[in-house]
Amino acid sequence: MIKLMYNLVIYLNMTKKLKTDSKKIIVELNGVVKHFGEIVALDGVSAQIREGEFFSLLGPSGCGKTTLLRLIAGFEQPTKGNITIDGFQMDGVEANERPTNMVFQSYAIFPHLNVEENVGYGLKRLNLGKDETARRVDEMLNLVDLDNYNKRPAHALSGGQRQRVALARSLIMKPKVLLLDEPLSSLDKNLREQMQVELRHLQRSVGITFIFVTHDQEEALTMSDRTAVMFEGQIVQIATPQEIYSRPKSKRVASFIGVMNFIEGQLLKDGDQNTTVDAGILGNVKVNPDQMPIPLNSGPVTIGIRPEMLTLLIEDQDRTEFEIGGVILEGAYFGDMTNYTVQVKGLKSPLTISMRNTAGRRVLEDGESARVGWGADSLVILNKS
Amino acid sequence: MKSNKNTLKVFAYSYLIFLYAPVLLLPIFAFNDSTIISFPLNSFTFKWFAGLTQETYLQESLKNSLFVAISTSILSTCLGILASRASSRYEFFGKKSILSFLILPLFLPEIIIGVALLVVLMQLGLPLSLWTVILGHTLVCTPFSIAILNSAFANMDMSLEEASLDLGETRFGTFKRVIFPMVSPGLIASLLIGFTISLDEFIIAFFLTGTETTLPVYIWGQLRFPAKLPGVMALGFLMLLLSLILLLLAEFFRRRMNRTTDDQVNVQFGNLFKHDKKT
Repeated sequence: MIKLMYNLVIYLNMTKKLKTDSKKIIVELNGVVKHFGEIVALDGVSAQIREGEFFSLLGPSGCGKTTLLRLIAGFEQPTKGNITIDGFQMDGVEANERPTNMVFQSYAIFPHLNVEENVGYGLKRLNLGKDETARRVDEMLNLVDLDNYNKRPAHALSGGQRQRVALARSLIMKPKVLLLDEPLSSLDKNLREQMQVELRHLQRSVGITFIFVTHDQEEALTMSDRTAVMFEGQIVQIATPQEIYSRPKSKRVASFIGVMNFIEGQLLKDGDQNTTVDAGILGNVKVNPDQMPIPLNSGPVTIGIRPEMLTLLIEDQDRTEFEIGGVILEGAYFGDMTNYTVQVKGLKSPLTISMRNTAGRRVLEDGESARVGWGADSLVILNKS
Repeated sequence: MKSNKNTLKVFAYSYLIFLYAPVLLLPIFAFNDSTIISFPLNSFTFKWFAGLTQETYLQESLKNSLFVAISTSILSTCLGILASRASSRYEFFGKKSILSFLILPLFLPEIIIGVALLVVLMQLGLPLSLWTVILGHTLVCTPFSIAILNSAFANMDMSLEEASLDLGETRFGTFKRVIFPMVSPGLIASLLIGFTISLDEFIIAFFLTGTETTLPVYIWGQLRFPAKLPGVMALGFLMLLLSLILLLLAEFFRRRMNRTTDDQVNVQFGNLFKHDKKT
């Protein structure tokens, strides 16, 4: 691990010039539509991906995220719309002529070749000569911490090693954009978490734009600069992980990424600076415009609040901005955290509250009555439905 | 229960004896120093094998047979490549029924194929020659080639080809550097099986052969002369050996092909063990 970091620092210095203007748009998607017969896989996707960013496509399976990646790679052509990479229109440009490389979900390591032949596969067409090819392959193997694996046959590699070979094989081509199709999904939990960190560091150090497809929301949040959330062939929100988590644009995004409590309410508007929301039993609360990810008019709305934004006030002297009484239905103990389900009188469904088990804080019993504390700025106002 | 098991055992062994005992007679009489094919045996001899080298007609028909077998195996393997590539990579209307029809000659009696082809060739006015034999044999061997190559192509992960294209290789280069090396054990198995089947095929060759005969047809002709019988036995023994070696080779390559493609599949099973995470 430490060695890998060290290698990355060296590589970083070598490729510093790659990190240029970070505002430059490297991949642009313009109303991309893709049909497979009757099935609409992508339904008008537009997005701009900046040079050098770690951009992830997040969504449940079947949402079209892999199709979008394959369109960028050039394995499929869009039915409508167009894709621009590094300023060039990609209409009719084949995969082998695009400045992109892909890490496949299955890794697609050539089984009849050894590690060095796999990594050097794409260099062969460049006619670099034996020495230069060998030098670059060694450099890449060093980068992914597989020194001296040159002659190892493909079938003798573990899952994590295959992934490193797949990465090295793509990075050696010095792509403008590296496309990764759920590359961590087949690794076990520990290795996956380790690779998340390594991949993130690798991306930062080589400065290549990564477009990373995943259905694991935690993975997307921890790794990306920006994330696009996709449902049913459409991008519903593109934002930084923090923004997506704290200011989701819809109920669907909110419940796909983490857990959120929903309360029915009414929006009362009196000019943008003076908006209040009637949260029923929780009372009337003044809200800021930035708590509404999409502008809303007066009328029924859904109010969202994350479980960790709610507090159980255990000691008598504990105070928050607002509080309300409830009864603990169930506590699920996770060691560092306890997740409570709390019934509050006047609310249709119970609230989920997650509390850190900090020093001196006791775990509440089922059936115990409790005071639920919260703050106005932790609410997010969403469209009803 | 136990007696039932024993009955089955007896049945199985007698079946095997019935199946292979006549074949075992071949080497026995091939080395027996007597023109009459019957027990008791006389002394051991190599003279029938030595006699084979004197027969010019035999050598001629052997040459013909080799020519037919090699051409057939190449032709049927080429057709097999086209069919199995299409079936593993493309979806088209009637794919399943087309494939079934391609496999069908496997189950048709050869005599029917032979007669039918003869009628068609006569109607077309084509003269019978070694080429017509090759035509008939290709018809019979292609289903075998398709069956072998289908598994070779179907076992290949599509993303391997895409990975090659993605790394800048052309479609032809991808075929040369990825597809061909991966299916080559299957290709060799298909070539060997096609060669073996064609080499000892008699019925179709008998119907479609012109003035030049193949080896099995030559042997059939020799059976009219009792004196030639031990020589035929010796020849038959050699052909048996050759077929056996070729089939073993083909099986070896087929298994090797399955081995190289297997670990490709295993990786993807990893997805099933995806962990649930708490949020």
